[in-house]
Amino acid sequence: MTSLNEQLPPASSAAGAAGVAANEAVAPRARRRYSADLSALGEPALWGFGGALALGIIMIALFLMVVLYNGATTFWPKPIDRVELTDGTVIAGVERRGTIFRPDLPRLTEDQRAVVEENDGFAYRTLYQTANFDLYGDDFRWVADFELANVTQPADFYYFERQVWGVFVGRIAGMQLNGVAMDYDPAVFRREQAAARDRFRQIRKLERNDIGRINNLIERERLNQRRAVLQQGEEAAAPIIAQSQARIAELQEEFQILQARVNEIRALDRGFRVTLEEVGGRQIEPEMSQIVRFFPANTLSWGQKLGIYISRWGEFVSAEPREANTQGGVLPAIFGTVAMTLLMVIFVAPFGVITALYLREYAKQGRITSIVRISVNNLAGVPSIVYGVFGLGFFAYTMGGTIDQLFYPENLPNPTFGKGGILWASLTLALLTVPVVIVATEEALSAVPRSMREGSLACGASKWQTIRYVVLPKALPGIMTGMILAMARGAGEVAPLMLVGVVKLAPALPIDGFYPFIHLDRSFMHLGFHIFDVGFQSRNSEAGKPMVFVTTLLLLTLIVIMNATAIIVRNRLKRKYATGQF
Amino acid sequence: MQDTLEFEPTAYHIKTSDEGTALDIRDFNLWYGQKQALFDNNLEIQKGQVTALIGPSGCGKSTLLRCLNRMNDLVDDLRIEGRITVDGFDIYAKGVDVIALRKRMGMVFQKPNPFAMSIYDNITYPLRVDGVTKKSILDETVERALQQAALWKEVKDRLNDSALGLSGGQQQRLCIARAVASDPEVLLMDEPCSALDPIATARIEELIEELKGTYSIVIVTHSMAQAARVSDNTAFMYLGHLIEYGDTDTIFTNPQKSRTNDYVTGRFG
Repeated sequence: MTSLNEQLPPASSAAGAAGVAANEAVAPRARRRYSADLSALGEPALWGFGGALALGIIMIALFLMVVLYNGATTFWPKPIDRVELTDGTVIAGVERRGTIFRPDLPRLTEDQRAVVEENDGFAYRTLYQTANFDLYGDDFRWVADFELANVTQPADFYYFERQVWGVFVGRIAGMQLNGVAMDYDPAVFRREQAAARDRFRQIRKLERNDIGRINNLIERERLNQRRAVLQQGEEAAAPIIAQSQARIAELQEEFQILQARVNEIRALDRGFRVTLEEVGGRQIEPEMSQIVRFFPANTLSWGQKLGIYISRWGEFVSAEPREANTQGGVLPAIFGTVAMTLLMVIFVAPFGVITALYLREYAKQGRITSIVRISVNNLAGVPSIVYGVFGLGFFAYTMGGTIDQLFYPENLPNPTFGKGGILWASLTLALLTVPVVIVATEEALSAVPRSMREGSLACGASKWQTIRYVVLPKALPGIMTGMILAMARGAGEVAPLMLVGVVKLAPALPIDGFYPFIHLDRSFMHLGFHIFDVGFQSRNSEAGKPMVFVTTLLLLTLIVIMNATAIIVRNRLKRKYATGQF
Repeated sequence: MQDTLEFEPTAYHIKTSDEGTALDIRDFNLWYGQKQALFDNNLEIQKGQVTALIGPSGCGKSTLLRCLNRMNDLVDDLRIEGRITVDGFDIYAKGVDVIALRKRMGMVFQKPNPFAMSIYDNITYPLRVDGVTKKSILDETVERALQQAALWKEVKDRLNDSALGLSGGQQQRLCIARAVASDPEVLLMDEPCSALDPIATARIEELIEELKGTYSIVIVTHSMAQAARVSDNTAFMYLGHLIEYGDTDTIFTNPQKSRTNDYVTGRFG
């Protein structure tokens, strides 16, 4: 400090050769000056720190607002525009978004070029969701401002959400009831469409549950036969096979009856149709059961819009996806995400806690434990896709392959556990998150005061009793914090899952009504992967875009809910074990 | 500094108990790594009496106390020489059951350290870790221990409340109750009042008065006044050496060593 001051010229004297001598004379005053040392002033640093925090908060808030706004508005019904273009074409569609662009001047007409050139070569264009993919071969169309002739919102335009082919935009031209053509009557159509949806659900239920059950039983009989042959040889297994064949024949009969019922309903269903006419006049005649939801988009009251909004959200969280995941619900993905995360916690919790217990309580602290600790911390930095590769190679192929050979030889060469599945995915994520749990648990354990342990030991408790009754309860809130972090990390992870069991569309949930009820070998759907798939892998990414935001919003909400639950549990524990002394 | 000081042999003038010796410490030396903390300590703790260990900070009195129930086993790099015997058996001998030993030596710590359990569970803890599950025995013990710790009247209606809800003084009495729950022979107290206010301290001292006779008590204290009030014999330690060990009145009124005199009259420490 002194040397620094000596180098500084005092405020009263001019800088120069005489400065040093003058400095000696006024030394006491010069020493009191601190303005030259910036770090002595807290303010600039304070602004810096506060600014960094503010920047972080602003970015997070912006991100959340984008997700929230887009996610929350996607399902709100929007009006249908009937757009006449200057060249005479007429299109109908829902306005999606607009951008400024630079049109290709030579391809424009004289008038249009004049308009564009007036705007320095730029123009505004709007994206319309024209839908009707089965007729147009595309879902969207850009319309530039200079092409627009007239925009109206006719009252008789309807917005149809269909089971296949996506959305249809157009008028209702007529309908067929039980094969008899008749004029469109809104009340009758509404009633008949609901009845048709019931039939659709009935068919689906028959196929899923009853026929599914029979298929499952037949498959099990077939596997039983193969197992018998594998274990006892062709001859010894003959009676078993005969018995099994008889059983299969019985099941086949049952299957025929059910199939006949399904066909009957289908035949009936084909009689109920609605004639839809697109804006250009072309018509299609889908079955009423294909119409999931329809509404006159331009004449809706606010209450009706709200009803549709809620109904769409309801479908989103409670139904299966349609149209290559770009429409319908995400229930299987929600289920898969939650099941996988919980399963992961079941694996990671004991594993991580036991490891940390040994490392902190039993292992002799020294070079080796330090190396182990550093390695564990480094594991947290390994790219998650590497875990995916490891999970696929070790869990799925090696462990799963061995399990298949030992327990499911009758199914080979089809793998049972020897492929990606929810079990392997959870184990892979458990491996990925175990460093978090270990580090958090170790910290929680080391935060348990020494006096607590000594108190217990002085009572004649063994080391394990001390850990079990005193240390672990006290460390539990801290351990829970680690779990929460692990859960948040695990639920949001996608990359490794793509290798070890996540699929675009899972035919069945990992838990269902068929023996053995919990199918840990099954692949599953995941919200994170759903976002990737809908946004970037679907036939029409523009169609999937709203779903990306909605699914992101849902995934964030889900993680918040899971974390909040864990935090509430932790705080309960904390209160229970809070030290209220003095 | 330790090497340059000369220490004469310990002066002994203790008030012996009719019942004999509870703990016999013989030629006891202790090292933390390379550093020697205790030098040739010899003292006999009398049965049914209160023995106070006094001395300036870092003199080794807590270390010595924690050797009596082998609490120092938790410290790495610790080496001892000499013997401590209880009823003729060496507690540092090979194969000694440390857990059984600790059950014979109740311990009360500097800061109240009740477990995050109910009052009832705190007191029954020493029994439960021993495998006692019979409700009647546990109930009986809780009542006896709380009576002995003069806490029964205050907490008998809320035995199932968390022990952490008690005041500091109550918590410390609870810790005493916990220490006497397993009915030990010796009660080791490591500055039991240093975290308490004067009123709570007075209650603990009363308690020590009541408990002596039933248990042999060894108390480490920083307060010379407290040592003078509660103890029968006092050992003065300095830099790991036992300077003087004698009956409390003599130590405080007419000590035989000048160092003791300097300390008790407040000339240093």
